[in-house]
Amino acid sequence: MVDALSAVFQRPNFLAFVVIFLWGFYIMVTRYNLVKKLIGMYLVQTSVIFFLVSISAKKGATVPVLLSTTEPVQAASYANPLPHVLTLTAIVVGVATTGVGLALCGAIYRKYGSLDEEKIIEKL
Amino acid sequence: MTFANEIPLLLLLLVTAAGAILVKDLMSAVLLLGSYSFTLSLVWAWLGAVDVAFVEAVVGAGLATVLFLLTLFGTAPKDTRLRRPPPSLTTLIVFPLLGVLLLYAANDLPGFGDPNSPASVHISPSYLEQSYQDTHTPNVVTSVLMDYRSLDTMVETVVIFTSGIACALLLRRQSK
Repeated sequence: MVDALSAVFQRPNFLAFVVIFLWGFYIMVTRYNLVKKLIGMYLVQTSVIFFLVSISAKKGATVPVLLSTTEPVQAASYANPLPHVLTLTAIVVGVATTGVGLALCGAIYRKYGSLDEEKIIEKL
Repeated sequence: MTFANEIPLLLLLLVTAAGAILVKDLMSAVLLLGSYSFTLSLVWAWLGAVDVAFVEAVVGAGLATVLFLLTLFGTAPKDTRLRRPPPSLTTLIVFPLLGVLLLYAANDLPGFGDPNSPASVHISPSYLEQSYQDTHTPNVVTSVLMDYRSLDTMVETVVIFTSGIACALLLRRQSK
């Protein structure tokens, strides 16, 4: 138990990830307003990306831009570039899907006159 | 890299996320979400992921906020429901259980900042060591994105194109 707690507090990034992920997910499940649900979805997306980027960090390493192009590269002195690339893609795709969700919200509001889930269900 | 310098940024991250969730007025919530995105990009710049930080500051804090605001201008900017019914029993059981499970798994994660963590030893050293000979680009992220994994990037543009078409079809005015 003490081991598990100290393991969590040695990884504050992971703690922040768990809090934001679960809170955003909870908002998606419990709130009735559709825009609020999308805010929760955005928090979930960014928290997962935050976790992936935290894994890529190395102690004492710099940004993955080569300082010298002639000397051989020490891999330990640069941050891991692979999670960065994968998360770049994920951020852009995440914002694109959020945009589709918001466009759906706009279409729903024009048809039913409300963004509240229960009022929409009443009018269906 | 010590965590002591990172804690204030993480606290700011949690506070802005809490603000975006708890504020009743949706317009303020969306602006707080933009500040959350910007804090996140600061954290990423601190962790050495400058390219990700740029993209988050431009696309997350900029474009996503603008999209949210445009939707709110076209719809209702207030959360009209003043009182919510209490969450169901399933929710109250599942979410704490999920949180405890996730935190329990922290013990098995490699330490953050460990150069020998599994994510950093398999293929990423060879990307770092060979990218300049292969692609003549000092920025390794660019060379992986545009050269080694350029097919991924191309298919990503297909996804964005699809979502653009979906938005255009949804927002089209009825001709009648």
